[in-house]
Amino acid sequence: MGTFTGSFKGFGVTFAHMFRKVITTDYPFSPPKPAPRYHGRHILNRHPDGLEKCIGCELCAWACPADAIYVEGGDNTDEQRFSPGERYAKIYQINYARCIFCGLCIEACPTRSLTMSNEYELARDSRQDLIFTKKELLAPLLPGMEQPPHPMLLGETDKDYYVGALTNPGTSVGAERAPISQGDAE
Amino acid sequence: MTDVQKRADQVSLIIDGVEVVAEKGELVIRVAERMGIAIPRFCDHPLLAPAGACRQCLVEVEGQRKPVASCTQTVAEGMVVKTQLSSPVAAKAQAGVMELLLINHPLDCPTCDKGGECPLQNQAMSTGRADSRFKEEKREYEKPIHISSQVLLDRERCVLCQRCTRFSEEIAGDKFIDLMDRSSGEQINVYRDDFFGGAGTGDGQVGEGEGDVAFNSYFSGNTIQICPVGALTGEQYRFRARPFDLVSTPSACEHCASGCSQRTDHRRGKVLRRLAGDDPAVNEEWNCDKGRWGFRYATATDRILTPQIRDTKTGELREASWSEALLAAAEGLKAAKERGVGVLTGGRLTVEDAYAYAKFARTVLGTNDVDFRARPLRATGSPVTTTEEADFLAAAVAGITEVTYEQVENAPSVVLAGLEPEEESPILFLRLRKGHIRRKLRVTAVSAYLSRGLEKIGAALVAAVPGDEAHILASDAAVAEALGAPGALLIVGERLATVPGALSAAADLAARTGAKLAWVPRRAGDRGAIDAGCLPNLLPGGRPVTDDAARAALSLAWKVDAGVVPGTPGRDTDRIIAAAADGTLGALLVGGVDPADLADPTLAENALDTVPFLVSLEMRQSAVTRRADVVLPIAPAVEKAGTYMDWEGRLRSFGAVLKSTAMTDGRVLEAIAALLDVSLNTGDVNAVRRELGGLPGSTLPSPVRPSVAAARAAQPAENQAVLATWHQLIDLGSLLDGDQVLAGTARPPVARIGKDLAESLGLADGDLVTVGTDRGSITLPAAITDLPPRVVWLPTNSPGSTVRRSLGVTAGAVVTLTAGVPGPILAEEAAR
Ligand code: SF4
Ligand code: SF4
Ligand code: SF4
Ligand code: SF4
Ligand code: FES
Repeated sequence: MGTFTGSFKGFGVTFAHMFRKVITTDYPFSPPKPAPRYHGRHILNRHPDGLEKCIGCELCAWACPADAIYVEGGDNTDEQRFSPGERYAKIYQINYARCIFCGLCIEACPTRSLTMSNEYELARDSRQDLIFTKKELLAPLLPGMEQPPHPMLLGETDKDYYVGALTNPGTSVGAERAPISQGDAE
Repeated sequence: MTDVQKRADQVSLIIDGVEVVAEKGELVIRVAERMGIAIPRFCDHPLLAPAGACRQCLVEVEGQRKPVASCTQTVAEGMVVKTQLSSPVAAKAQAGVMELLLINHPLDCPTCDKGGECPLQNQAMSTGRADSRFKEEKREYEKPIHISSQVLLDRERCVLCQRCTRFSEEIAGDKFIDLMDRSSGEQINVYRDDFFGGAGTGDGQVGEGEGDVAFNSYFSGNTIQICPVGALTGEQYRFRARPFDLVSTPSACEHCASGCSQRTDHRRGKVLRRLAGDDPAVNEEWNCDKGRWGFRYATATDRILTPQIRDTKTGELREASWSEALLAAAEGLKAAKERGVGVLTGGRLTVEDAYAYAKFARTVLGTNDVDFRARPLRATGSPVTTTEEADFLAAAVAGITEVTYEQVENAPSVVLAGLEPEEESPILFLRLRKGHIRRKLRVTAVSAYLSRGLEKIGAALVAAVPGDEAHILASDAAVAEALGAPGALLIVGERLATVPGALSAAADLAARTGAKLAWVPRRAGDRGAIDAGCLPNLLPGGRPVTDDAARAALSLAWKVDAGVVPGTPGRDTDRIIAAAADGTLGALLVGGVDPADLADPTLAENALDTVPFLVSLEMRQSAVTRRADVVLPIAPAVEKAGTYMDWEGRLRSFGAVLKSTAMTDGRVLEAIAALLDVSLNTGDVNAVRRELGGLPGSTLPSPVRPSVAAARAAQPAENQAVLATWHQLIDLGSLLDGDQVLAGTARPPVARIGKDLAESLGLADGDLVTVGTDRGSITLPAAITDLPPRVVWLPTNSPGSTVRRSLGVTAGAVVTLTAGVPGPILAEEAAR
């Protein structure tokens, strides 16, 4: 007897859910939009002329609690300039098998080079593919930008790039809103 | 104040409520330091004179109206000192000074090389205010500016403590940098034209404006190390790493026989910088730029990592496995043993590796034909049968550790012969200079001219035409008088070997006057090789090969038959090369020797070509490996443990900095010996150290010192001169390869001539002069110097002046001089 009423109780839960709001999403046909400040994959931003913002300082790598970032700096020369100033990131890698999306690297970056996008589709079928390099991480070239290496186009010295850069996020805002990255296509 | 015991030359005072006894004249900051009280500071440095420049070390002293700088305040009886720990006044004063220092300090920490080991950062945290009341724009300078090709200056970061300028002036004697300008524009800089109204470009690049004088001191790296902020940085290290990225290992410098202790910092398997180690007995806290920055050779692209053997079919070198190469070496050496094998080890070996070569030559090859000396052993044209230097080394150097740095500093008088300390042993130079400045050390130099280095140690010159040194040491009254005082020292350089009779005269002079004698070689491994037995007349431990008892004792310790170690002295470098060149030698086993360093590079290369079998133990491609039949790669100093012996005879042990599979010379030799059924037991440094420690002590009296008659200098004819030459510190040496930035600080090569020659050739300063022999010629700008008549000086191995290769002679030889460049143009002009 007791089992009979017990089954009804159980079905009761099921029936009750039939009238609640559905929370499953129609992924991947209509992927949901995360909150604006959601911590997604990183972007290495560019200056408006296309030069890279990253100066290869490695502070992001140091800030990372999961040891997911690897940076090796290189020297800019007058013939081969990737960023304003003396140094640029010769090698830049983020390992998404390690990254915990805490955002500490973003806070560490002195040049606002590193920011996070809202992109969350990061599943890959091999560990190797989870290591994103500059190819995947660099923001796409927007209109008016030129593929580095090229000389500084916005001023004589690196100072012209940096003064006001922090209060003027417009220089990177286009890149931050970059849609699904291009590098993934291949 | 009675309960603390003190001597008459002591005072007692109270610091932070604790009574303490101090020596009279001690600085308050030092006493506090001893008590474990850290007073913040920037300008204070224990090895520099007090300056009181930064005012960060303010403390409260009872009875004084204002806080006083503890780094300039000496202790006094009954003084009551309160530091920031117990006095709000001191704490507030320090915070105020810190706020002032930070007014114009840039916010560079995230990208500053000093960040993480920065006294300003640390002390701003410990004794600064949490916020600044300064809201205005900061003063800005162009950054960084090159003050030499190696040193960069960010003037914004400088706190004007003047440690750098004080070091350069007090310690190195190189006043290249100074405080310039006044008020808020006051800054450290080199003497540039823009400051003096000249045509400086003002773009911050030294040397581009006429008259800019770059900071080309041999000791410039020390200023970077002691700068308490990131104002001075080195081109090589700038932005490469942060202190917390680095793994630090104590190490010993592999360049010269000064024996500096160092600290090597590496990251991701790569050495990024080296710093002077703190060893009060040797290098104090300094080193030279060569030791600090000359480490890139180990990562050069021509490093050999795989053994190579010469293919019998093609005649070309090809890569081979270790077992194949070792077998080829063992078989080749065994086959050649009958005709004789010469062993040239070079002067760069650790004591352990040198011992391995010495033991290998004696037990495996059964020969005494082993010599570490890779330089001219005798005057050009002297018969190769003279063994003066080897006899001198056996009698006066091997096993003797009489003279120390401390004695140099405290000696009343020092005589230098055949040695330019700044170029050839920089730390010895710094000690001599310290003795000269602080203790009135009297230096007498037997030299061709008073070089910059000799001037800086206040040396009195006994002018010597090269070749006359022996005569001067034997009979000059001034030299003998200088050595009369008790504690006086006679310091001779390795170059004296090229003057017949000079080493005999030096040993004789020391014995006559009672002065102690020290021999200073150039390379880090030279002294150790003598004691390890890499000489044709000496077995390990300074035992003469001719002594039966010594050989018997050694054979017993080595567990070899009595007859294995031959009892006659072997051939030295020159004779080994000669035998190889005329085809009588069966094989050569060569360590780190560059033929260009030998007395006659052409003959040496000829010998390497001619010798039927050549085994080369090398780290990088060289003139030897290219000619070798078997090339066995060995480890550079950073990848192995070992011990160098400095000129004093002091052991400088070090461990491996980088993990590596590269093998030491000792281990490679052990493997070859094993294939020939000899157990060498030199594969592991600790085993070698144990074996060396366990060798029975030599009880033999020192061999008698040589007595070769003193020669006189050659007599040059019309348009000829006697050649004087020595190495510059930063030159074409193979351990400085590929270091363009460091090479940029080298002294420019010039040919020094006296007024007489300048007049007879019609030359002015800077005109080109050509120095020639029948072999070839060297053309350099002339520098008119106070030289004895008919003497010309050339740097031995600098760009454009490779004396041994181009001229085929060494110091004391007669060379011809012509004005201008030789060749068709001059010939044409002459015809017109
Ligand atoms: S992304 Fe930012 S923090 Fe990271 S290396 Fe580049 S500049 Fe430095
Ligand atoms: S000198 Fe020190 S305080 Fe100044 S920017 Fe460099 S690390 Fe920061
Ligand atoms: S450069 Fe450095 S050592 Fe020299 S005065 Fe400035 S802070 Fe002091
Ligand atoms: S003085 Fe000699 S041992 Fe010292 S750092 Fe310079 S080269 Fe090395
Ligand atoms: S440390 Fe005393 S004034 Fe600078």
